[in-house]
Amino acid sequence: MTPELGNFSAEERAAQEERLRKVWETPKGLRYWTSVNNSEIGLWYGVTAFAFMLFAGLLGLLMRLQLAVPNNDLISADLFNQAFTLHGTVMMFLFAVPIFEAIAIFLLPSMLGARELPFPRLSAFGFWSFLIGGIFVCGSIFFNAAPNAGWFMYPPLATDKEYSGIGADIWLLGLSFIEVASIAAAVEIIVGIMKCRAPGMRINLMPMFAWYLLIVAGMILFAFPPLIAGDILFEMERMFDWPFFDAKRGGDPLLWQHLFWIFGHPEVYIIFLPAIALMAMIVPTFSQRPIVGYSWIVLAAVGTGFLSFGLWVHHMFATGLPQISLAFFSAASEAVAIPTGVQIFVFIATMLAGRVIFSVPMLFGAGGVIIFVVGGLTGVMVALVPFDWQAHDTYFVVAHLHYVLIGGMLFPVVAGIYYYFPFVRGKKLSDAWGKVAFWLMFSGFNIAFFPMHFSGLRGMPRRVFTYPEGIGWDWFNLVSTIGAFIFASGVAIVVTDILRPKPKPTARNLNPWNSGTLEWTNDPDESWGMRSVPVITSRYPLWDQPNLQRDIEAGRFYLPDAKSGKRETLVTSVLDADPIQCLRVGGVSYVTIIAALALGGVFIALTFHWWITTIVCAIITFVAIVVWLWTGTAPIPEEPEIDVGLGLKLPIYVSGPASVGWWAMFITMVGDGTAFASLIFGYFFYWTIHADFTAAAQGPGILWPMIALALFVVAWALTVLARELNEKGPVGARLALVAGFVVTVAASLAGLAGPYFHAMDPTANVYPATVWILAIWTVTHGAVGAIMHLYCLARSFAGRMTAEYDQDIRNVTLYWHFMAVTAVTTFGVIGLFPMVIE
Amino acid sequence: MKSFIPREVETLWTLFTAPTVWALHFVVCYAAVAIFCAKGLAEEITFGTLRFALGVFTLLALAMIVLSAYLAWRQWGFGSGDPPHDAATREDRKYFQGFATLLLSGLSFVAVVYAAIPLIFIAECQR
Repeated sequence: MTPELGNFSAEERAAQEERLRKVWETPKGLRYWTSVNNSEIGLWYGVTAFAFMLFAGLLGLLMRLQLAVPNNDLISADLFNQAFTLHGTVMMFLFAVPIFEAIAIFLLPSMLGARELPFPRLSAFGFWSFLIGGIFVCGSIFFNAAPNAGWFMYPPLATDKEYSGIGADIWLLGLSFIEVASIAAAVEIIVGIMKCRAPGMRINLMPMFAWYLLIVAGMILFAFPPLIAGDILFEMERMFDWPFFDAKRGGDPLLWQHLFWIFGHPEVYIIFLPAIALMAMIVPTFSQRPIVGYSWIVLAAVGTGFLSFGLWVHHMFATGLPQISLAFFSAASEAVAIPTGVQIFVFIATMLAGRVIFSVPMLFGAGGVIIFVVGGLTGVMVALVPFDWQAHDTYFVVAHLHYVLIGGMLFPVVAGIYYYFPFVRGKKLSDAWGKVAFWLMFSGFNIAFFPMHFSGLRGMPRRVFTYPEGIGWDWFNLVSTIGAFIFASGVAIVVTDILRPKPKPTARNLNPWNSGTLEWTNDPDESWGMRSVPVITSRYPLWDQPNLQRDIEAGRFYLPDAKSGKRETLVTSVLDADPIQCLRVGGVSYVTIIAALALGGVFIALTFHWWITTIVCAIITFVAIVVWLWTGTAPIPEEPEIDVGLGLKLPIYVSGPASVGWWAMFITMVGDGTAFASLIFGYFFYWTIHADFTAAAQGPGILWPMIALALFVVAWALTVLARELNEKGPVGARLALVAGFVVTVAASLAGLAGPYFHAMDPTANVYPATVWILAIWTVTHGAVGAIMHLYCLARSFAGRMTAEYDQDIRNVTLYWHFMAVTAVTTFGVIGLFPMVIE
Repeated sequence: MKSFIPREVETLWTLFTAPTVWALHFVVCYAAVAIFCAKGLAEEITFGTLRFALGVFTLLALAMIVLSAYLAWRQWGFGSGDPPHDAATREDRKYFQGFATLLLSGLSFVAVVYAAIPLIFIAECQR
C-alpha cells in the first residue's frame, strides 16, 4: 500500500532544495557553535570524546613507563595515583559512554530516516555539559588536584579529606554533571528510536544499531541514577559531614560499593552493546548479505541488558557478604555469557553465510571480537567466587577488563570510524595505513596486556606505583610497557590518518562500501539529512528497494519541502511506523549553551564551596531553562494540520502520550524514580546492618510525615483536576493550579517539619541523615512541581496553553504522578517504618 | 467460562515480560537472603524454611515465564512461519515480536534456574 510518489519538475526541486537548505543551514563564523543540528553536535561530541581518550591514553603510557622497571622513580606515588584514577575515570565516563552518545546522535536520524532527533537542543545542551565537565575533570591533574582514590572512589579512602584533597569533589561533581548529559542523551535516543522512524520501518525492519541503542538507552535510565544518588550521599558527607559512609556513626562504606556497582556493571554493557551494534552494521555489509538471526540479536541485546543488572556484586566478592548472596551473582554472571555468546555466533554465522571482504573495518571488528572473547573467558573465571578471591585486585583483573573493554569497545569503535568516515567526509581513510595501524594495535595490545594475566597470578596488585626487583614481575612489566607503546603507535597512525588534509573527492560516491542501510543515502555536503523521508519496506532498503536513492533525492517521498520555514520531521507509531505527526524541532540557539555554562558553573562553584557563585549560577540556569521551555516547547501552530506530501495531512501539535514531550517526561521521571529508589534502598540497607537502625535517636514522628503525605496527595489531585478543568476552559484550571501551588508549598514545609521539630541532627548519626536526605529529595521535587504549577498558570494567561493545546498541563500531570508516588513512599517510610518494626 | 489466558495485545512492552520476571525473582531472592542473614533471623525461621519459600517462589516465577512463552508462541502463530520475518507487513512484525519474546522467555527461564541453583547447594548464610 505504498502511496503514489510525488513528481516534481527540475525548477520545483531546486526551489524546494533552496528552502530546505535555508531552514537547515548551519550558521557561519562564531555562531557556528550555536548549531544544534545532529550532524554538528554528533561530530563535536565524538571528536571531544576521542580527544579525552587520547589524553587518558597518554596517562596510561605514563603509568606503563613508571612500571617498566622495578624501583622506578619517574613519577611520584601521588602522581601515579592521580594518573590511574584519571585514566580509568576518563576512559569510562569521558570516552566510552559519550562516544556512543556521539555516534548515536550522529547516525540515528539518517539510519532511521528522520531529519533530526526530536530534541536537538537537548543534545546540544548535553554536549556542552559534557565538554565543560570533562575539561574540569581532566584539567585538575595540571594543578596536582586530580582525584586519586581510584576510578571507583571507595570510601573511607575517598571520604578522607586529608588524603584525597579536592580531587574527590572534582570527581563527584564533575561526573554528576556528565551523568546529566548521559540521561539527556538517553531520553533523546529512546524517543528518537520509538517515534521518529521513517514510515513503514516497523520494529521488525529497524536497523540492528537502533535495537541495541534502544536497549542501551533504557539501561542508562536504570544504571546512572543509582550513581547520582550515591554521588549525592557522598558529596553530603564530604561537604557537610553527614556520615553515610562513616562506620563510626552508623554509616557503611559498603553502601557506596553497592550503589557504584549497580551503576558500574551495567555500565560495562552500556559501553559494549553500542560497539557491538556497530559490528552488527559492519558485518552484514562486508558479508554482503542480511544479518543471520535478526531475532536472536534482539534476544541477545535485551537479555544482556536485563542480566547485566544482576551482576554488580561480583565486584564485591571479597567484601564478606554471605556466600549465598555471592552465589546468586555468580550464577547471573555465568548466565550473561549466554546472550553474549549468541551475538558472537550470529556474527560468525553471517560471515560464513556470506562472502567476507576483509577490509579495514572488518579487520578491526574481527580483531576486536577475538580480543573480547579472551576477555569474556577470563570473565567466566573471575565470576567464580573462589577464583575471584585469588585474582581480586591483581593485574589479572586489569588484564581481564582491558581485554573486555578494548576488544569489546575500542576496536569496534575504530572499525566504526573507518566504516563511517566516508559518511562524514565523503572519502575513505587510507586502506594501507589502516592495515598497518590494525596490526600494530592488535599485536601491541596483546603484548601489553596478555602478560598482565601472569603478573597478576604471580600476585602483583593493581595500583601499586612501583615494585621491588626479583619477585618475578620484572620481565612481564617490561614486556607490557613495550607492548603499550606498540599499541599507541597504531593509535597514532589512526589519528594521523583522520587529521591529515585530504583532497576533495573527485567523484561523488555516497555508498562506497555498498551497504544496505538507509544512512548511506545522505549527502554529507547537505545538512538537511534526508532530502525526503522515504517509505521503508526492507531491513536493507538500499539493497532491496530499487531506485530508493534516486527517489529520495528527487524529493518524491514525504516532507520534500520546507514551506513553513521551520525544521520539520515525521513522527510515526511505535510498532508499525505509521505517520502520525509532523514534528517541529528546535533550531539554532544560544539558550542551550547558556544553560550548560551556568549549570557547569553551579557544579564547579560547589566544588570550591563558593556559595554565592553557586547561587548566582543556579539562578541563571533556572532562568535559561525557563526561557528555553517557554520559547521552544509546545508552540501553538499557525494551522492545525500540514501537508507532508504524498497526499497526507498530519497534525503539527499533539499532546499526551502521543507527543514526544510526554515520552521525554516519562523517561526522565523513570530515571529520577530510579535515583529515588536507590535512596530508599539506602534507608533499608542501614536498617539491615544495625540491630537498632535509629541508634536510639528520635525519628521524625508520625504526625508531620502523615500531614505532608496527605497534602502532597491533595496537590496531586488538584493537578489532575486542573488538567480536567482545562479541557472546559481556563478559569477552573487556573484556580486549581493556584490551589495546587499553595498546597504543594504547605506539603513541602510539613515534609521538613518532621525531622526539624524532632531536632534530628544529620551529622550525629546515619539515621537522621538518611531521613533528612529523603525529606529533602521529596521537598525539592515538590518545589519543581510547584514551579510547574506556576509555569502552566503563566502559559494559560499568556494564551500559550488552551483547552485544545494542552501539552504543558498534560506533561506536568505526568510529573505529578511520579511526584505523588515519591511523596507517599518517602513519608510512608520515614513516618511509619520505625513504628512498624517496633 | 472465561479463559484465564489473556487476550492478545499489541505493544512493545510484552517483549520484556519474561526478563522482568527474572529481575523480580532475582531481587526477591537477593533481598530475602540478605535480610535473613543480616538480621540474624535464624532463631525465628530456619534457613530451610527460607529455602522452601524461595523454592516455591522460583516455581511461580518459572510458571509466569512459561505463560509468557506460551503467549509469545501464540503471537508467533504457533510457529507457523519461519524467521527471518522481514516482510513489511503487520503480520510479520507480529511474528517477529512473538519469536523474539519466545527466545527471551527461554533465556529468562534458564537464568531463573541458574539463580535458584545456589538455593539447592548452599545451606546457610556462610559469612
